[in-house]
Amino acid sequence: MAEPVLETKGLTKSFGALRASEDVSIDLRPGEIHAIIGPNGAGKSTLIAQICGALRPDSGDVRFAGADVTALSVRARARRGLARTFQISALAMDHTVLQNVMLGALGARGRPWRFFVPVLSDRGLRETAEAALERVGLSDHAATRTAELSHGQRRQLEVAVALTLRPRAFVMDEPMAGLGAGGSKRLTGFLDGLRTEAPILLVEHDMDAVFALADRISVLVYGKVIATGTVADIRQSDVVREAYLGEGA
Amino acid sequence: MSREHLVNLAVVLALVLLPLAAHLMGETYWVTLATRAAVLALAGVGLNIALGQGGLVSLGHAVFFGIGGYAMGILAYHAQTYTPVIESLGLPGTNLMPLIWLVAAMFAALAALMIGALSLRTSGVYFIMITLAFGQMFYFFALSWPTYGGEDGLSIYVRNRFPGVNTLVPIQFYGVVAAVLLLALLLSDRLARSPFGLALAAARQVPARVAAVGLDPQRLKLVAFVLSAALTGLAGALFADLNRFVSPTMFSWHTSGEIMVFVIIGGVGRLMGPVVGAVVFVLLEHLLGGISEYWQIAFGVLLLLIVLFARGGLIGLIAGREKAHG
Repeated sequence: MAEPVLETKGLTKSFGALRASEDVSIDLRPGEIHAIIGPNGAGKSTLIAQICGALRPDSGDVRFAGADVTALSVRARARRGLARTFQISALAMDHTVLQNVMLGALGARGRPWRFFVPVLSDRGLRETAEAALERVGLSDHAATRTAELSHGQRRQLEVAVALTLRPRAFVMDEPMAGLGAGGSKRLTGFLDGLRTEAPILLVEHDMDAVFALADRISVLVYGKVIATGTVADIRQSDVVREAYLGEGA
Repeated sequence: MSREHLVNLAVVLALVLLPLAAHLMGETYWVTLATRAAVLALAGVGLNIALGQGGLVSLGHAVFFGIGGYAMGILAYHAQTYTPVIESLGLPGTNLMPLIWLVAAMFAALAALMIGALSLRTSGVYFIMITLAFGQMFYFFALSWPTYGGEDGLSIYVRNRFPGVNTLVPIQFYGVVAAVLLLALLLSDRLARSPFGLALAAARQVPARVAAVGLDPQRLKLVAFVLSAALTGLAGALFADLNRFVSPTMFSWHTSGEIMVFVIIGGVGRLMGPVVGAVVFVLLEHLLGGISEYWQIAFGVLLLLIVLFARGGLIGLIAGREKAHG
């Protein structure tokens, strides 16, 4: 089996008496979508923060693209090709849609120290950005001020920014949150094709999307992974049913 | 062409034409007032890069203004007394403006690099307090530095030279200052549209995003702080040349506050905000200052109204909300 692109080993993180992550070991293999599900407060956000570098684990480590990145910053991990999308859109609201995506392209290029050339006339950046917008279907809104986008369009924009990084792995924090049925379906279709480009670690509440997309699912409860397996495994698991999906599921 | 473009164009025309008209009508005093406004505007253009583009509320920009002032004062003082600046090196002073500007901008930038590297570890109120504290350190240092006049300041008897210009003629000196201001405005505008400007504006709004695409928001802000300081330092040198006098007052936090207030009145983050703000400031100072020494009360009321009702300052009031660049 191919070596995992992204891997956590024994991640543990406490906030006072609260164990937000307890011995979390998960991996993300090439070409797959690995979904992390769990009830509110299960520690999904804490886990993502540790994977992306915003939080240091108390113990355990994070490996990415063949190296131990536990001590690296968010920025350094991004530079190595870890692209995340935010649960609550983190976009520059005063900027146009195109500018937000160009920021991603600029980050991928890694040299923001150009002071006198208009960024919009930089063809390389612009082409990367426009291609990403095209892919998520936001081309018509390139010149729109981001604050004027609908919630769903902002989620699309989040994905577009991640695309410009040409990453080795995606970490997506509830990309479907707040999308209507139609939007959710469209994004599901899009992510489905994306996994061959780079594997996706998908934290998601929308079970329809998770069951439709995931190659594997890990269930996080009270900071612990209580089960990892295929969609069928998880659907049938008694432990999961009890802890999370509820009796009727 | 958007409304803001028209407003900007009108401001540029006014910068060129009004002082010229005053000169032709023999109103030398108004030319000098215009020069004062243009110099302060330049300081504001500098601050606006940190405050408007980078979101850095610096109450320490008087440091850079003062450093510029003292760079001019010290160099010109040694030039007029024919003494070396640094005894051991035999380094002479100078009364050549471009050289003074270069020294002023460089030292201001260097100070900003050090102050910024320390204070950018904090944010919000703490950032304001640290920059303020640095300002006060420089103020008291200048106050107690007897070599260059201490609290009495330093008088320079002849205005410094600029090749091909008689700087003692008010309109000619204004021409020099206005040219520098227009260049600074061009630079500030370019900066806002550049890749750096895009990343900086994003670092102001969503630092987490900037880090997530692999850029360092703090470093972007530090560079903005340094560039901002260099322009404000340059303005300090011109301010000293205008008055032919430098004193520790240039370092005082009043100065920082005044620059910030008129930038806010004109419009934070708007290209011409500092210019409009500086003109209003100088006009009120002149018109109301003659009536009462408490003229700043009126200025305070204006600030209050602007902050409450016109977030984009006077520029925002006239030109409407800012369009996203592009």
